[in-house]
Amino acid sequence: MDAAIHVQKLNAWFGTKQALFDINLELADKKTTAIIGPSGCGKSTFVRCLNRMHETLPDARVEGRVAIGDLDVYGKGVSPVWIRRRVGMVFQKANPFPTMSIYDNVAAGLKLNGYRNRKELDQVVENSLHKAALWEEVKDDLKKKSGASLSGGQQQRLCIARALAVEPDVLLMDEPASALDPISTAKVEDLIFELKKQYTVVIVTHNMQQAARVADYTAFFLMGNLVEFDKTETMFTKPSDKRTEDYITGRFG
Amino acid sequence: MYTVPKPPAAGASQPAEAGSTTSTPAESKPLAMIPKSRLRTKESFFADAAFRTVVAGCALALLVSVALIFFELVSQSHLSRSKFGFQFLIQSIWDPVAEDFGALPFIYGTLVSSFVALLIAVPLSLGTALFLTEICPRQIRAVLSLLVELLAAIPSVIYGLWAIFVLAPFLRFYVQPFLAKYLGWTGLFTGPKYGWGMLAAGVILAIMILPIISSITREVIRAVPRQQREAALALGATRWEMLRISVLRNARTGILGAIILGLGRAFGETMAVTMVIGNRPQIVKSLFAPGYTLASVIANEFTEAVGDMHLSVLTEAALILFAITLVVNAMAGLLVWSITRGAPSRTLA
Amino acid sequence: MSNGIALGAFTLAALIVTVPLFLILGTVVYRGLPALNWSFFTQIPKPIGETGGGMANAIVGSLMLLGVASAIGIPLGIGTGVFLAEYGRNKWGNVVRFTADVLNGVPSIVIGMTAWALVVVSQKHFSLLAGSVALGIMMIPIISRTTEEVLLLVPQPIREAAWGLGIPHWRTTLSVVIPTASSGIVTAIMLAFARIAGETAPLMFTAFGNAFWNIRLDQPTAALPLQIYRYALMPYEQAHQQAWTAALILITIIMLTVIVFRWFAGRSAIKGAL
Repeated sequence: MDAAIHVQKLNAWFGTKQALFDINLELADKKTTAIIGPSGCGKSTFVRCLNRMHETLPDARVEGRVAIGDLDVYGKGVSPVWIRRRVGMVFQKANPFPTMSIYDNVAAGLKLNGYRNRKELDQVVENSLHKAALWEEVKDDLKKKSGASLSGGQQQRLCIARALAVEPDVLLMDEPASALDPISTAKVEDLIFELKKQYTVVIVTHNMQQAARVADYTAFFLMGNLVEFDKTETMFTKPSDKRTEDYITGRFG
Repeated sequence: MYTVPKPPAAGASQPAEAGSTTSTPAESKPLAMIPKSRLRTKESFFADAAFRTVVAGCALALLVSVALIFFELVSQSHLSRSKFGFQFLIQSIWDPVAEDFGALPFIYGTLVSSFVALLIAVPLSLGTALFLTEICPRQIRAVLSLLVELLAAIPSVIYGLWAIFVLAPFLRFYVQPFLAKYLGWTGLFTGPKYGWGMLAAGVILAIMILPIISSITREVIRAVPRQQREAALALGATRWEMLRISVLRNARTGILGAIILGLGRAFGETMAVTMVIGNRPQIVKSLFAPGYTLASVIANEFTEAVGDMHLSVLTEAALILFAITLVVNAMAGLLVWSITRGAPSRTLA
Repeated sequence: MSNGIALGAFTLAALIVTVPLFLILGTVVYRGLPALNWSFFTQIPKPIGETGGGMANAIVGSLMLLGVASAIGIPLGIGTGVFLAEYGRNKWGNVVRFTADVLNGVPSIVIGMTAWALVVVSQKHFSLLAGSVALGIMMIPIISRTTEEVLLLVPQPIREAAWGLGIPHWRTTLSVVIPTASSGIVTAIMLAFARIAGETAPLMFTAFGNAFWNIRLDQPTAALPLQIYRYALMPYEQAHQQAWTAALILITIIMLTVIVFRWFAGRSAIKGAL
């Protein structure tokens, strides 16, 4: 499936406070795009608009058009639940389901949507854990250990495996390594590098080196506005907007 | 409300509302999961609505139950209210045969026994609450807390049992003579010393409402911000001075609420009081004398009620009881809430 | 008042407060043990004057009353709690919450009277069902309040993770949120159980009591608290002895439940999650 993301005139509000102003963006299929910017610039909000998670907050509102391939995410009659099955999300702080085993965590997206075939579930769980580079570490404890008993880095990889298990077309990652130690961070970054061969990845990060390491493209947000969007290399070496240059060189943020 | 995008044949793409495609070669989606999950979407909308309806229904059942209680009390007491009107509240006669009733002695008994209970319970429960929150070493706090909670768990009828066979004789032989000798001049401690009676009811009620006053007070004290305490201590106040100035003053309203909550609980207590208050409808100054409460007369006479009027009268007594506990609890709730700001309390229900 | 005196007074208060607990428990054990024997659990009461007899019918009756009451109170209580936590952060939720508090404060005898009016009057006889209805209604606010609290403690990120996977709201609540809060909910249920196990007043005109066996829903039934009450008031020493023993059994069950669920289980209302 063509999973390029087309964003047109996206605006978002928390109650009366507007968080995103007329965002227009084209995110390439099967490429990794990093969203960077100082705290509060709307990066998380933007990403959460892509899988209709923003509207789960009380008093939240979205206007504009988001399309994934040919699919109009906010189209009339399109169910958010369905969108979220096509778009996976990994959160800043790992949030495995505490009452479920590792196996059940990874399989949750399928099981809780009615998918019951044991053999195939086993296969999916194994594949996903391989993709998340977690298989070797947990393969003996799949059903014995709870998801919450793993280390921070492992939990985050578990959440990645869980998101991958439902075979999304797009993977959204909201600062996935910010709560992790450097070694786990490196593992997760390697993972992202591998993943982009199969998925369109959008990663929010406040760590510019991380963006430079893993992303093909980068978008710079400032106070709810998209300031600049370009190939990562270009953005970091020859930014067109002065604000981008200031941010990258550390003058603020 | 949501239309379901049609499941694709493998390799084909089909538009939905604004177009959606899944032109996926079979290999990269080995599980053919998509069709299943799409089907479930329609189901999920109805399932969401159904789930919400079910739980809302449960909440509705709660509202209906309370409405029913009120409704039954009002309708069953109609006979009595239309015959006696306001007189019911200020009359003292209780004659089932002549069908002449007045609830004043019971109202008096309910109020007096509860206030006696408050008098005894309040200093003790405030002291306990302060001890637990301020002085108690951490290790034994949990144990002591548990003990207070166990006190709350003892059923009313067992309190009553103990009150009849242990408390009443104790009061009769040790406490009442002492009170009569030294405080008899007040008029509160005169007359035959039965052991049971208004005083016994007050004492057993006091033990029963101790836990609730104590735990609400603890909640309220805990809600006082640390900065307030630190401010006082920084000025050189002693522990007690700090408590007086910062904690108690700030938590005043909440503590009042806790006390009123205890009062409400005392009003409604039935078994222990019935077993030990003597069950004589009279208004007498002395606490040694037997009395009668609204809850007790209902408990004693309901199943033996002589005629519809009698039943109706007892229901009106229940209505009065319901009304005063409602008012008292609502008031107390407001007072407590103003301090804890509605944070859910972790207390015994 | 000097610092030392004040603090000493509080300590004294705390000590005094524990005294009645031990006195009462001690008395119940001391007076109840002598008649605690096998026949107490297997025989129904014998007429006064005859030795032996027990309260087997009351024990079974109490268990049945609690069972049927739970069937009413637990689903309604949990359902209301779920409603308040997931859909009740609004005006309607406040109405329900307030009503639950009102119900909690209604004297149990008044609830008994309502059950009498609703069930006994229409059926024209006392019944186990009526008693269970009264007790079940009492369970609702206790369970609902704690369920709501515990569900709110489940961190929002857990819900978001489930939504993010495309799991619908109802399934998230049922299969992710509630299991995470399950130990807290179980505690709520057990404490509600312990509270109504000892209730007498609501049974006085509903279940009414029975000198013989009964397991039918539509007949009056014996219950431990009722027996304690009636026997305590009889002018016979033998009856009093039975009352103490019944009290011993009742209080043991209740105390054990409270201790286990407040001390052990109450520690971690939420499994695993921070």
